[in-house]
Amino acid sequence: MSAYLTELTLAHFLTLGAILFSLSVAGIFLNRKNVIILLMAIELMLLAVNMNFVAFSRFHGNADGQVFVFFILTVAAAEAAIGLAILVVLFRNRNTINVAELDDLKG
Amino acid sequence: MDMKTLLLLIPLLPLAGSIIAGLLRNQIGRAGAHWVTILGVAASCGLSFYVFKLIALDGMAAINTSIYTWALTDGIRFEIGFLIDSLTVVMMTVVTFVSLMVHIYTIGYMRDDPGYQRFFSYIALFTFSMLMLVMSNNFLQLFFGWEAVGLVSYLLIGFWFKKESAIFANLKAFLVNRVGDFGFLLGIAAIVASFGTLDYAETFARAPEAVGQTISIFGGAEWSLLTVICICLFIGAMGKSAQAPLHVWLPDSMEGPTPISALIHAATMVTAGIFMVARMSPLFELSEVALSFVLVIGAITALFMGLIGLVQNDIKRVVAYSTLSQLGYMTVALGASAYSAAIFHLMTHAFFKALLFLGAGSVIIAMHHRQDMREMGGLRKYMPITFITAWLGSLALMGVPLFSGFYSKDLIIEAVHLAERPGADFAYWCVLLGVVVTALYSLRLLFLTFHGKERMEESVRSHLHETPLVVTIPLILLAIPSVLIGYFTVEPMLFGGFFQDAIYVAPGNDVIGEIGHHFHGPLAMALHAVVTPVFWLVVLGSAAAVMIWFWKPQLATWFAQTLSPLQRMLDKKYWFDEVYQFLFARGSLKLGNGLWRYGDAGLIDGALVNGSAGIVGRLAVLFRHLQSGYLFHYAFAMIVGLILIIAAFVILDKGMLEGIF
Repeated sequence: MSAYLTELTLAHFLTLGAILFSLSVAGIFLNRKNVIILLMAIELMLLAVNMNFVAFSRFHGNADGQVFVFFILTVAAAEAAIGLAILVVLFRNRNTINVAELDDLKG
Repeated sequence: MDMKTLLLLIPLLPLAGSIIAGLLRNQIGRAGAHWVTILGVAASCGLSFYVFKLIALDGMAAINTSIYTWALTDGIRFEIGFLIDSLTVVMMTVVTFVSLMVHIYTIGYMRDDPGYQRFFSYIALFTFSMLMLVMSNNFLQLFFGWEAVGLVSYLLIGFWFKKESAIFANLKAFLVNRVGDFGFLLGIAAIVASFGTLDYAETFARAPEAVGQTISIFGGAEWSLLTVICICLFIGAMGKSAQAPLHVWLPDSMEGPTPISALIHAATMVTAGIFMVARMSPLFELSEVALSFVLVIGAITALFMGLIGLVQNDIKRVVAYSTLSQLGYMTVALGASAYSAAIFHLMTHAFFKALLFLGAGSVIIAMHHRQDMREMGGLRKYMPITFITAWLGSLALMGVPLFSGFYSKDLIIEAVHLAERPGADFAYWCVLLGVVVTALYSLRLLFLTFHGKERMEESVRSHLHETPLVVTIPLILLAIPSVLIGYFTVEPMLFGGFFQDAIYVAPGNDVIGEIGHHFHGPLAMALHAVVTPVFWLVVLGSAAAVMIWFWKPQLATWFAQTLSPLQRMLDKKYWFDEVYQFLFARGSLKLGNGLWRYGDAGLIDGALVNGSAGIVGRLAVLFRHLQSGYLFHYAFAMIVGLILIIAAFVILDKGMLEGIF
């Protein structure tokens, strides 16, 4: 076993989670084109949270966090299904999924 | 039948007649309407005379009984009750008798009017209200009756509601009476506040304790409590009894049908103020200042309103100004502490003035509803009964010895002469001059109407004839008391202690008692008149009137031209109407306009309602720019918000924030 592996601490996992979260936030902001990418970024955000749950669960020796992860995964899957279905309908109506063009709520 | 039921029936029978005639007018028809109301009032009149007999002749003690307690709050009882004493029975008999006469007369006067049933319903309702007013034993019921007669007066002045002048007149009557009622209500409120009761007897019992008490009104000035109460109550009487300067509504009230002028605006309702002050004599006697005020107001009204009567050409308006002047006489009597003389004059005046009004109405019927005396003349040939009864009424009004008006008016003048309070001298001269004026306008009316050349159009003249029996019978029935009642009642009513239980006169103020020492029977009084100034003033006035309007009619024109400024002043009624119109009518119109424009439209609609909506709108215009519609902007806002909240958690005190979240 490598020394690095034995020294893998909670902070490493949390850092990974934070990086994933930041990536997804950046994905939401920087993406001006595709709604699908937005959806993917949100999924990634959820995964970042899951990562935190699993890490805490593992290091505190408590399985509760992992139970939550299952819930989140299930809900995320359902959400993705609904989100994509909406997208399909949106595309049929507007012939575009370009984020910059979807501004009907502009005041 | 016990006494309570009998007393209840007296006001309730006319009320029942009124409700039936008013609500079932289509079912019972015209004849049904007059039968049901006349029977109700006739029964009420009969019962009143029976009660009069019990109290006045059989010497039964006064009845003070409560019928129904409406409410009880904070120790004050709101009751409906009757106080039946000598004063009440006189009023009850006068009111129901004149009312009955007017009911019968109305059958003839309103024969062709489409509002026949409505009219009967109103006058029966009036009789009910007036009876409630005079029979009351507490201020609440007095006020109810007071307002109810005012309401019926309003309805009847505007009876012909399609006539614009009638609507103007009834609104004016209503508004001017509100001014008086404001004072009246303040007076009642002051009584409740200081004596804690609405009951007459309790108030009078506690009133002597209030002598010397003061209240502070108008920024700290101390006023005697009783003076304030009495003057406030008297302001109410000024409105209802048309005393200057609140008299302006009465001449205009002549827009109503003539039977109403006779019943409401001459015989009964306008005397409610006189009755009320007489009823409150235990209060007024305690305030010398208030009595002086009453005296001066009455004197001004008695003389100056009579003068206006000299220049009027509308036959009803002459009688109306005469009524004002006579009400002034009654008020003067009140101010001189001669309450019984005031009530006595009220009674005789009710008969002869109702007679004069109904006589004028009879002339108006014959003239096909023309009222201008300049178009009359020589009517004596065509309508002898009206002619004779009008003369009898006028002689009574002028105070010719032996006629009823002589006794009442002479006693008032004598009482004022003996009175010693401030203003009595002024009042004495006013009422003396008033005698001349009364003779002048009474005879002028008679000469212009019944004597001289026939000045009417030929079409009217050819149809002239005496009015039907339903009109002339009330005239005859009223002429009898107009002539005789003074002679027969002056002694028992004034000098026999008749009003002892009802009217209180302080020992030093008893002018009537003083006159009583020199009274040796009505006949001796009439003979003695020859040596009094009053009699010679009547003669002087009559002689002048005969000269001006009978022998040399051109003199009237000559006077009118020579004295044109005076003529103009009287013609304009001392400009009271103009001043009120300018000050109060236009003033309140302007005030209302201002309140509408700046208060309602400006402040409430503009600033509050539309203003708040406008601010929200303007803010929304600013905030809408935040709504870009781009998903990533919203997401960004969420993230920023989240970061801020977390930062707040970290930086600020955790405990404080836990309270919020």
